[in-house]
Amino acid sequence: MNTELFGIIASFALMLVIGIPLGKYLAKMFAGEKVWTDFMKPLENGIYKLSGINPNEPMNWKQFLKAMMCINLLWLVYGFFVLMYQDKLPLNPDGNPGMTADLAFNTIISFVVNCNLQHYSGESGASYLIQHFIFMFLHFVSAATGIACAVGLFKAFRDKTTNDIGNFWNYFIKAITRLLLPLSAIIALILTFNGTPSSYAGKDQFISLQGDTVHVSRGPAAQMIAIKHLGTNGGGWFGANSAHPLENPNYLTNMVEITSQMIIPIAMVLCFGYFIRRKKLGWVIFGVMMIGALLLLIPSIGSETGGNPAIAKMGIIQPTGAMEGKEVRFGPTATAYWSTFTTIVSTGSVNGMHDSTMALTGLWQLLGMMINGFFGGCGVGVLNYFIYLIIAVFISGLMVGRTPEFLGHKVEAREVKIAALITLLSPFLIMAGTAIAAYVFTNHGNAAWAVKPSAWLNNPGFHGFSEMLYEMTSANANNGSGFEGLGDNNIFWNVSTGIVMLLGRFLPIIGPVAIAGLLGQKKFIPESAGTLKTDTVTFGLMTFAVILVLNALSYFPALALGPIAEFFSLK
Amino acid sequence: MKSNLIKSIRVTLILIVILCVLYPLAISVAGKLSKGHGDGETITLNGKVVGYANIGQSFTQPKYFWGRPSAVGYNAAGSGGSNKGPSNPDYLKDVNSRIDTLLKYHPYLKRADIPAEMVTASGSGLDPDISPLAAKIQIERVAKVRNLTTDAVAALVNLHTEKPLFGLFGPAKVNVLKLNVALDELKKQN
Repeated sequence: MNTELFGIIASFALMLVIGIPLGKYLAKMFAGEKVWTDFMKPLENGIYKLSGINPNEPMNWKQFLKAMMCINLLWLVYGFFVLMYQDKLPLNPDGNPGMTADLAFNTIISFVVNCNLQHYSGESGASYLIQHFIFMFLHFVSAATGIACAVGLFKAFRDKTTNDIGNFWNYFIKAITRLLLPLSAIIALILTFNGTPSSYAGKDQFISLQGDTVHVSRGPAAQMIAIKHLGTNGGGWFGANSAHPLENPNYLTNMVEITSQMIIPIAMVLCFGYFIRRKKLGWVIFGVMMIGALLLLIPSIGSETGGNPAIAKMGIIQPTGAMEGKEVRFGPTATAYWSTFTTIVSTGSVNGMHDSTMALTGLWQLLGMMINGFFGGCGVGVLNYFIYLIIAVFISGLMVGRTPEFLGHKVEAREVKIAALITLLSPFLIMAGTAIAAYVFTNHGNAAWAVKPSAWLNNPGFHGFSEMLYEMTSANANNGSGFEGLGDNNIFWNVSTGIVMLLGRFLPIIGPVAIAGLLGQKKFIPESAGTLKTDTVTFGLMTFAVILVLNALSYFPALALGPIAEFFSLK
Repeated sequence: MKSNLIKSIRVTLILIVILCVLYPLAISVAGKLSKGHGDGETITLNGKVVGYANIGQSFTQPKYFWGRPSAVGYNAAGSGGSNKGPSNPDYLKDVNSRIDTLLKYHPYLKRADIPAEMVTASGSGLDPDISPLAAKIQIERVAKVRNLTTDAVAALVNLHTEKPLFGLFGPAKVNVLKLNVALDELKKQN
């Protein structure tokens, strides 16, 4: 056993030790029961009073979603203009220029939808004002939006028959005051005491030991890095994200950062069970997701620690594994661990460059994002999984020849149609997007854009195709990581991924909440001998099979052209 | 819709005050108590700042221990990896020529002595560390240029080898800048 392996085992244990109790706490807290964070009540009441919100006003699913969409649209407009004119605004000590319209379009969508694709680079592309007043602000509120929508879905199943899925504002504010803000503060303190900058000082300059003049970008980064992980956002302060030695200074911060991005997705799954008083359902879903996560994790660690076969042929040694794009203080094992979790939950922060990971690791990363329901992003992971659940209920119903039911409500044509459309959306956006990109690359290589299509790819052959596939997949999954070799800051990628991100965010939120709202209104049918039990291991396996079949059918051809072909070419 | 919009604007304004002003300021103030006062921890030699503990810098002179190749030339006003895929032929050629360069400066080494990290670019381009093994293969060269015994240099490397977290988690490493500063200080004492 080596210390690198011990390190990830410890990270894994830490994640469970925090995530599981957090799930119980969230269920109580959102249900309005007495919890220890009740001391936040005066702050919340102040916010409600100043903004004219009645947190106890019941909402049906349409009112709930309208409130959610309204505030999200406001953020899109607010952010777009601030990004374009950052050069004319204060808090810009490094004198960074305003963004072009297409980059601002992409960037603001990216942050509002919890994706953080980042076609700019933090050091030279964003002032401190933007980093805090747009990016960090959206880190908090986009995560809170996802959590609030998931709790709305939970609420529809808590009571037997109800129109009321709870108050959006209430869930949204509480997600910030009683979850995101306090935990972020703790994480930010750990980071800054381990060397991540947190002051407002601008770039520094020094003469190195060899006599070179070096400029060092700094800034109040710890505050943002905390919530970037906790809120499964992933958009970092520096260009190299959490591979940057100021953003992620040592192994302890690495453990803290990777753990903090997992705890809320895990907690939300268990919260579902506790909130609707069917804790077994929560645990079955947790089990399915964890098996899925481990099936992606273990082979990733295998291929990264195995090293690059092409480099092995040169006769040098790879004692810990493949090191291109990785940092010595983390090592390949911790980078493989991170790369799996950052792609299954929609964080997309990286502690090593995914573009340089082994071919098969790239495959697992892509698959994690395509499935997007093994824990998934803050709140939205459960929503994505809910769609798989409805499909699994429907198929099970067909198999036994009964009208399918879910938690005491009949699942009928309208709900199944919505679920089917949402299921088809992801493959459609990813495949059509990648196909168009590949077409433009091959047929219009000389288009006069900021980066010519012929110069998009940093790597030839199969890997180049993977770069395009990865970008579209990441946009649709609202993940935000990238095969960053792709020259993506030009009008094609900015606009296309912008649209994919918007659709890939809001439709998979609206769909599940609508289904839950519709189901919740229906008459409650008590359980009988003929009821399909959804909180059993058998049904868990059924859901797992549905997830596998749907994703294999949708994505295998594209994956075969990219990472799988590259893998065999390296043999 | 109109009432939603008014609520949205008000909530947004209030949250901006809490999340973008109060929260970061509070952390920033607390950060002043940390080792680098929240500005990043610096390393000094003869009273002059020669770098940041966490930011790797370019070492090419034979008298210093070298760090890893960097895709951004150790420019700390930017950062990033090479983003070269594992099968890219141009990239593999680069790696091969880095091996040759390394062998030229370390004629006592065989290919099988070279750990891959010394010929592959880091993720950030600013990796401040190398593994103890990567330091070990450079000892002979540094000792020769500096007219020191290999034992003396090896002892210094040992002294600057940082153990895994709590001795258990993660890799051991050597901070190249700290090691080189220690080397320069060693010379001064003699």
